[in-house]
Amino acid sequence: MHRFSSRVLDALLLLWLVTIITFALIHLAPGDPATLLISPTASAEEVVRQRTTLGLDDPLPWQYAQWIGGVLRGDLGESLVRAEPVARIIADALPVSLFLGGVSLLASFLMGTMLGMIQALRASRRADRVITAVATAIYAAPSFWLALAMVTLFTSGVAWLGLPESLRLPAFGMQDPAADPASIGWADRWRHAVLPLLVLSVPGAAGVSRFARRSLLDAADAPHVQAAYARGLSRGEIERTHVLRNALTPLVVLFGLTFPGVIAGSVFVEQVFAWPGLGRTMLSAIAARDYPVVLGLTLVYASAVVTANLLADVILLRLDPRRRTT
Amino acid sequence: MTARLVSARLLTAARLGASTERAPRWAASLLIAMTIAAIVVPTLASDGARDIGDVLATRLVPPFARDGRGVWHWLGTDAFGRDLLVRLWTGARISLGVGVAGSALSGALGIVLGAIAGWRGGVIDRAIVALGDALLAIPRLVLLLVIASLWGPGLGVVITVLGLTGWMSVMRLVRADVQGVRALAFVEGAEALGVPSWRVLRRHVLPNALGSALVAITLGVGNAILLESGLSFLGLGIQPPASSWGNMIAGGREWLLVAPWIALMPGIALVITVVACTVLGDWLGDRRAPHDVR
Repeated sequence: MHRFSSRVLDALLLLWLVTIITFALIHLAPGDPATLLISPTASAEEVVRQRTTLGLDDPLPWQYAQWIGGVLRGDLGESLVRAEPVARIIADALPVSLFLGGVSLLASFLMGTMLGMIQALRASRRADRVITAVATAIYAAPSFWLALAMVTLFTSGVAWLGLPESLRLPAFGMQDPAADPASIGWADRWRHAVLPLLVLSVPGAAGVSRFARRSLLDAADAPHVQAAYARGLSRGEIERTHVLRNALTPLVVLFGLTFPGVIAGSVFVEQVFAWPGLGRTMLSAIAARDYPVVLGLTLVYASAVVTANLLADVILLRLDPRRRTT
Repeated sequence: MTARLVSARLLTAARLGASTERAPRWAASLLIAMTIAAIVVPTLASDGARDIGDVLATRLVPPFARDGRGVWHWLGTDAFGRDLLVRLWTGARISLGVGVAGSALSGALGIVLGAIAGWRGGVIDRAIVALGDALLAIPRLVLLLVIASLWGPGLGVVITVLGLTGWMSVMRLVRADVQGVRALAFVEGAEALGVPSWRVLRRHVLPNALGSALVAITLGVGNAILLESGLSFLGLGIQPPASSWGNMIAGGREWLLVAPWIALMPGIALVITVVACTVLGDWLGDRRAPHDVR
């Protein structure tokens, strides 16, 4: 327990460092949000007044102290552009990204582990090599391009290839814009979610399968597995207790490591498919130089990454007794 | 499963000679060919292929077809009638260049910071490691977006930003290697002989620590190319009319339903390049660690 609390302390220190870095990066950058907010014909005095109202003229350490003080009280400040608390803007966008990220993370781990198992069983045979080649290519493809390719395939591509009309999928938004918002069912939502989820989870599965394959082959190679054979244990038993368990625990670490990738991927996917999640909010906030929103979102992203790593560490300790002593 | 796995393992080992040597050779030849094409093709192209001329007669020509003036286009033309093959290789100059430069910059930073951290230890070490950890906690794309957009998009900014956000993994590798080599007897011997410490570091420690850094840098090239294309796709990287694969895909986006080849071609080029870099990097990594052949 002592170890755990010291880890949490480390994580909090790390987050504090993250806020300093982002704050410095944002405020040292050229460009002035005041000039973007005010009408282009405004006089120089009006710009100065605007800067003063926004508190942008205060010394940087003072601005930082005020901001971090607010954060500690649970107040992320007010958006410069939307006249709304940053916390509410983030809370509005969070469920969308959580849905995309959560479902696709789950799907990529399920698919990836299955593929990895198939590959490990058929190592070096044709199935293994084909899957490896395809997975490497998909993993190398930028998600925005995959998204555009999927959109083409499942809209106009369906007609060109003479596929059934039911395969035509919506490529934009979260629901049918023509339908009455009250009557939209889950079926419509899921149809809209198919393409974004596919684009997010297929590359994820490709990455996981590479890792799972290697991990399984390594585990099957261990001396204690051969010893188990020598003792006459059945193959099924060895697979379950000696190979699978050892091979799949490292995947927990991968879960923590994949997280930043899912976040990044979701920026592109939300942009291409027009889903109003954290990524889109980030892009528009950056474009408008909405400093408080950018800061708040970066903090949310960093907290997610740090928490995922922390969780992975803790779970690994529980699953793998060998690590407890070190 | 295990019996099959073990025999498969032997099979893999037997085949290693053939399969692992062929793939990296292909990858290397491919990358060299692409570099040559990126240098040669745009130079040889006629001005008409790059400039915007008679748009209505020349635009949106599909691959392997002639436009209204009877000019042949291998990959077709874009919405402004520019030849896509020429644009693809013009874009390759920037995409490949940014990838190599960005990864090299982050590698150089990582080597310097890792060497300092591993050699000096103490407060400096802890400061560098903490900075690296903090930067790793922010997803790299988010960091890139913030810096690139606030400092204004452009070639120099993209390369710098890639360098500044990618050094952490190289730093960790070099730091660990330097710490390891530092404890060895020959380093102690050199120091005892009165060799100045920067010279020990440069002559004896760094060469031993550079191998893993090189692998990370090679693997980083593909990643840097992908990130550049992402930034350019979002309009925060290379700005039109200069072409990079990312902004070519962005430009083809609005023509997806009419002329999907505009967005398709640069994407395929991207995938091929990144796969080649990965294969090459993996091969370098395997060669460095012969006991781990898979």
